[in-house]
Parts: sequence; C-alpha cells; structure tokens
Amino acid sequence: MWDRNQMAARAAKELQDGWYVNLGIGIPTLVSNYIPEGVDVTLQSENGMLGMGPFPTEDAIDADLINAGKQTITELDRTSYFGSEQSFAMIRGGKIAMAILGAMEVAENGDLANWMIPGKLVKGMGGAMDLVAGVGRVVVVMDQTNKKGESKLLKECTLPLTGKAVVDMIITNLGVFNVVEGGLELLELADGVTDEEIRAATEATIVN
Amino acid sequence: MKKIYGSAKEALDGVLSDGMFIASGGFGLCGIPELLLQAIKEDGVKDLTFASNNAGVDDFGIGILLQTKQVKKMISSYVGENAEFMRQYLSGELELEFNPQGTLAERMRAGGAGIPGFYTKTGVGTVIADGKEHKDFDGETFILETGIKADLAIVKAWKADEQGNLIYRKTARNFNPAAATCGKICIAEVEEIVPTGSLDPDLIHTPGIYVHRVIKGDHEKRIEQRTVTAA
Repeated sequence: MWDRNQMAARAAKELQDGWYVNLGIGIPTLVSNYIPEGVDVTLQSENGMLGMGPFPTEDAIDADLINAGKQTITELDRTSYFGSEQSFAMIRGGKIAMAILGAMEVAENGDLANWMIPGKLVKGMGGAMDLVAGVGRVVVVMDQTNKKGESKLLKECTLPLTGKAVVDMIITNLGVFNVVEGGLELLELADGVTDEEIRAATEATIVN
Repeated sequence: MKKIYGSAKEALDGVLSDGMFIASGGFGLCGIPELLLQAIKEDGVKDLTFASNNAGVDDFGIGILLQTKQVKKMISSYVGENAEFMRQYLSGELELEFNPQGTLAERMRAGGAGIPGFYTKTGVGTVIADGKEHKDFDGETFILETGIKADLAIVKAWKADEQGNLIYRKTARNFNPAAATCGKICIAEVEEIVPTGSLDPDLIHTPGIYVHRVIKGDHEKRIEQRTVTAA
C-alpha cells in the first residue's frame, strides 16, 4: 500500500517537461516535492500566480503571498502575478496542461465529486469546477476507500458533482487506474497490494 | 474631482443603504478591504448581499458582518474556513449562492465591461447548471452565466495615486481588479497614496477611471495558514 508521499511521487511521474500544472490542496500539494529530474514544470496557483515556489522560511513570510490553499509560499525567478479573472482565463482557455486534485468520489465514467456533502459539509467548489472543465488532463489522487472502508471508485457518484466525465486518471493508495470507454482500466498495483485486494475495494467496473 | 478621503467612514458617507449589493476583492484573508469592512460593520447597514470569493473567518473580513447579522446573502466559491457562516447557512438564516471561482471572477469582469452574460463550460452537468440556458458550440455544451453589476465595489490595493490609479502587490491582487470594475461606485483602500505622476503608467493594474474614492490606512493583513520551511 502507498502512503501519501508515495501517491504524490507516483502522480509526479505524470508530469511532462514544459507543462503548466495546477496542484490541488492536500496530497496533490506534495507532488511538487517529487518532480522528476530534467522535467521543468511551472505551478499555477489559481488565486493569481504562475511559478509558485516552496514554503518560506520564518523570516520570509509575506501576508501578500499565499497559494490557493491560503498557505504562505514564495516566488521564483519565473513568477508572474495576475488577477483571478486572468487566472481563470488561462484555466478555461485550456492553457493549463494538467490538474492534480483530491476527491470524495469518482465514477467509472470520470464523474468527479469533491465539493460538498449535502446537509453536512458545505465548503464550496472554489476553483475545482473551472479546473476540471478547462485543463487538458485531470488526475485524481485519493484513498481508494472512505473511513468506513467503502469504495470511493463508484459506478455512479452519490454526492453533487464537480464535473461530468472529467477525470482521466486515478491514483489511490492501492494502485493506478485510467478512465476508459466502459469503465476503469487497472494500470498498476501499489507496493504489496494484490490484484484481488484492489478489485475488492473497487465498486466501479474494471474493464481489464 | 478629489478622490482621496480621510477615513473609511468618510469614504462610505452617503454610499451605504440597507439591502445594497456589494462586490468585494480578496481571496481568503489576503488582499481584503479590511478597513472598509470594519467601517461597514460600524455603520450598521443591513440586509447586504456580498459577491466575494470567501466570507473571511469568524472574526476577520466579511466574517465580522456575519457576526452582526448584517449579511442577507453571499455569492461565493468557498466558505470552508468560517464556522459561523456554516451555522447560519445550515440553519437557513443566510442565503448562499455558490459560484465556481472562475465564474465569479468572470461575472465581475463581464459586469464591469458592459457584458450582460457569457457562456462557459464550467459547471455543466452539475447543480450549478440547474435552470441556466445551455447552448452547444462546436459540439460542446456551455451554460449562460450573467455579469455582476454591484451597487458598490470595495477593494484593497497596495498603492494609489491621487487619480485613483491602483497597483496591487503579489497574490493580494486576486479578485480586486475585477471587483473594482463592477460597482457603480468603487472605493479602494491602500497602504500608500503617492502623488500623481509618481507611478509608472506602464505598471498600473487598475486605471483610475474605475476608482471613485481612495483611503489610506494601516492593515493588519492577517495570515490564515502560516506554513514555513526550516531555514
């Protein structure tokens, strides 16, 4: 089974040289620690920045410099700043090659739910609906099952959708799937996970 | 015409009325017009509708107007850091219209640019699309979203000159340039007011035509998530 860092490291292998990429909050943020040698990517923060740098040292904290998760960050030589309308113009205009996001549920047709649980948890979609509708490729990184042990890879989502048929790849603690015609294609098993285990933890149709 | 005012209270004089629609800049607690929000609280004006990406936290930003029940409705994309907001919403005291973040930014931009509506792919197939016009372009489905025209826009910038030309700093820019354009009146609060002619005209982010009143003040600039790395 993969831990959070191993999942992030696996997701980082999807990055390609020269890409502009948006990383969501949580495990996706860790992906920046595993960008492969020789692969030059520029990270977008949808509040209005390209070229996001690492967290600051204590003396370099700047209240005017945060990421989309409201965390303090730093700038790089390549950094540019812009307004939110410009930020989402580049997202909706298809200029961002890939988004790596967390999820509550993913369906076998690529439907994604990650923004609310009716009556319980109302946080909002933030920029997630724009990202999944606009970027070139959507990779979800999440645990395969919820706290009750139920599969988060479903035939159909039960929660309100963030986007319809938008997910291309899912990386979980148990393995990696592609979303293909007719369901999910099992690509890889995480370390120490058997084929039987991952299938038992998947409600969605696995086509292979 | 003189655009510089002595305080947030003075700048808001004659502008506020119950039930008005206010567009605000800011993302989280970054680049929010904190002095104007405090003055709106002190005025006591009520039944406000706010278009703002977030609702602050319980005791800072728009959160202070939720505590005093001055807000009737929020148009926002993310309200996750505000317990009082969640409580008022789930109990039905507060109306909430969720807008995807890019839709909200573009609605402000469009409203300010005289564009009544625009089509976007964002939200197609979700509850956001319910009741909205759908239209296909080149085989893909889009939904119609409308421009926002607010009674008042409040923004935070870094520097202004006496003409109301504004420059923002780093990610504190966020929604401020779009919000500044979509109000009938726009009031900007800044950290520094410089004489006309001392800003580089090539580097101005919001031209003064959009900005009607400017105040300068000390900003707390609270940090929501203080994350550091070892030196």
